[in-house]
Amino acid sequence: MSVWDDLVGQEPVVETLRHAARAAQERREGGPGRGMTHAWLFLGPPGSGRSNVARAFAAALQSDDVGQADTPESRTALNGSHPDVTLVRTEKLAIGVDEVREHVRGAAMHPTAGRWQVIVVEDADRLTDQAADALLKSLEEPPPRTVWMLCAPTAEDVIITIRSRCRQVVLRTPPADAVAAMLTRRDGVPEALALSAARAAQGHVGRARALATDEGVRARRSTILHIPASLTSLGACMHAAQRVHEAAEENAGEVAARVEEVERRDLRTSWGVEERGKRPVGYQGALSQLEKDNKRRRTRMVRDSIDGVLLDLLSFYRDVLATQQSPRTTLVNAEAAADIHAMARQATPEETLRGLEAILACREALTANAAPLLALESLMLTLRR
Amino acid sequence: MASRSVFGRVLLVTGGQEFLSERAVRAAVDGIAAQAPEADVAEVVASSMTPGELTAITSPSLFSDTSGVVVRELEDLPAASHDELLQFAASPSPDVACVLAHGGGNKAKGLLDKLRACAAVTEVKTGGPKPWELTGWVSAEVRQAGGSITDEAAGHLVAAVGQDLRALAAAADQLVAAATTAEGKRGRLDIELVRQYFGGRAEVRGFDIADLAVEGKRAEALEQLRWAIANGVASVLVTSAFASGLRSLARYGAARDRGLGDADLAREVGAPPFRLKVLGRQLRGWDADGLADAIGAVARADLAVKGGAGDPDHALEQMVLTVVGCRT
Repeated sequence: MSVWDDLVGQEPVVETLRHAARAAQERREGGPGRGMTHAWLFLGPPGSGRSNVARAFAAALQSDDVGQADTPESRTALNGSHPDVTLVRTEKLAIGVDEVREHVRGAAMHPTAGRWQVIVVEDADRLTDQAADALLKSLEEPPPRTVWMLCAPTAEDVIITIRSRCRQVVLRTPPADAVAAMLTRRDGVPEALALSAARAAQGHVGRARALATDEGVRARRSTILHIPASLTSLGACMHAAQRVHEAAEENAGEVAARVEEVERRDLRTSWGVEERGKRPVGYQGALSQLEKDNKRRRTRMVRDSIDGVLLDLLSFYRDVLATQQSPRTTLVNAEAAADIHAMARQATPEETLRGLEAILACREALTANAAPLLALESLMLTLRR
Repeated sequence: MASRSVFGRVLLVTGGQEFLSERAVRAAVDGIAAQAPEADVAEVVASSMTPGELTAITSPSLFSDTSGVVVRELEDLPAASHDELLQFAASPSPDVACVLAHGGGNKAKGLLDKLRACAAVTEVKTGGPKPWELTGWVSAEVRQAGGSITDEAAGHLVAAVGQDLRALAAAADQLVAAATTAEGKRGRLDIELVRQYFGGRAEVRGFDIADLAVEGKRAEALEQLRWAIANGVASVLVTSAFASGLRSLARYGAARDRGLGDADLAREVGAPPFRLKVLGRQLRGWDADGLADAIGAVARADLAVKGGAGDPDHALEQMVLTVVGCRT
């Protein structure tokens, strides 16, 4: 099994990276090693596998045969436990300057296994401006055996000074049949289900897998697809907004509560706090920092969860618009065909476009820190028929 | 109580209202001075009291037979000095008057409980008045300063000055002085006088502005908004109050005709039951399209005050005007 196997529909990129990995090996052996660079920026839509590509490349750099064989090195690099591969990601809203400075210090180290010191920033679009600035020096002239890999949806998501220091690799949206084939091959999903899941996920591999393997995810999605047809009155709109918001909060709350309990326990253990008795000096500060971080993570989870709903709605209106243009088009949401056709007949393409724009505006508003419930209410009322 | 000697006793002042505690401590110190004008009164902060310090302060002095000690911020007393204090409180020296001030809260609660158990300790609890008791508190304050005030004027003063007791007491003092003529005659403080000295409003809540706007009172809503901005009320509190006001109104409009009982209806709307009547009155000026437009305007303003616009104040005013304009 090679490290490149799980990258769906990214053949040209894989070819480039294989070449680079070969050049890197050549350079290690003292050759010129043309085609290898010390800073990479992987760009591609969410779910196209930016971070997976970066990890596969990191694994290829850590092995002696550009990742062809399944070795302990490549396996540990892929799952993030290789000592010379650091994965930087965040569950919070942003990656701050303190964290980045830490990694910049780490980047100056010689690789322990003697190959390459790789730092993969999986959420480079979440670097704050100060954090990005702190990165610049190391990004421009890292030590000879250090490689930075940044991942972001588009080049505009990172500041221009970072963009200009990196070699950009653009991933495409994986085609639905390639995703479906992978689901069938790796997860044993029946072909018809795999194809419909791949279509519905629109190139987002992780979502496609969740849709294909989890009954609950499919049910949730079908509830969401019923929202547009239900928006007939003021009350229905308010109710829909409330439901989406509550579901997102509940979802985030469930996941967060589970993680937070563990983290609090770990913190107590590491500070040696007993159930009763005096707390060590400094523990209270660490605890309130943890609570603050947890709150940020919850905000992010609620926001991500709502964003997922908005993407589904977007695909619904995309289908309506496509049907209005050519009635025999392939639908992304085949299971909601009845609603889609009904709406395509009743509404004009202009109205559909306005709906699409409203959804996009709502996504932007949420990124700009809008009050989620209010933004949703405003959206649902705009979508009211 | 004034006749009883304060010497040989410990006065414990507890409560979170710093102004009132301070006043109680002052009164106690004045009491000491009244009973023994020559007494030395030492004032210390508890956090700086090292073991032995209390003994040093309370031991007889060469210059005077009697002395007073005031210990402030008792909650910060180092644990090492607890025993010393407790020993002193258990059998205070008859020549020493001791005042301990605790700033409220649960800190050093164990020490407080042990102090309370001592026979020589008298506790004075200084609780602040509840928001709805403020008018009465102001009246009492004015009476204490030797004047009298009408209820209306007291209410206006609370609205104008806010809930800060120190500011209210100072205002009462100032008004009584202002109402005193050169010959020493005092008139009753009325609303005219209060207006003359204290115009404006200290506390405007976003919800009040939202209610005014929803009820179509454009000028009043704008005026209140101006006060809110001038008093530094956060813009997001105003937008969120509007959002929640319009949200309950829209939900109420949708759920009203479903024949629910008041409790169910209130749950459906997400508002306390007593709001239902207000909502019913407010809804008269609205239809579905108007509400939809108004909610849209609030959503836009929400973005604008979070950095989307150059001037958040203008965005808020625009929002108030739009919301009022959305009424039928």
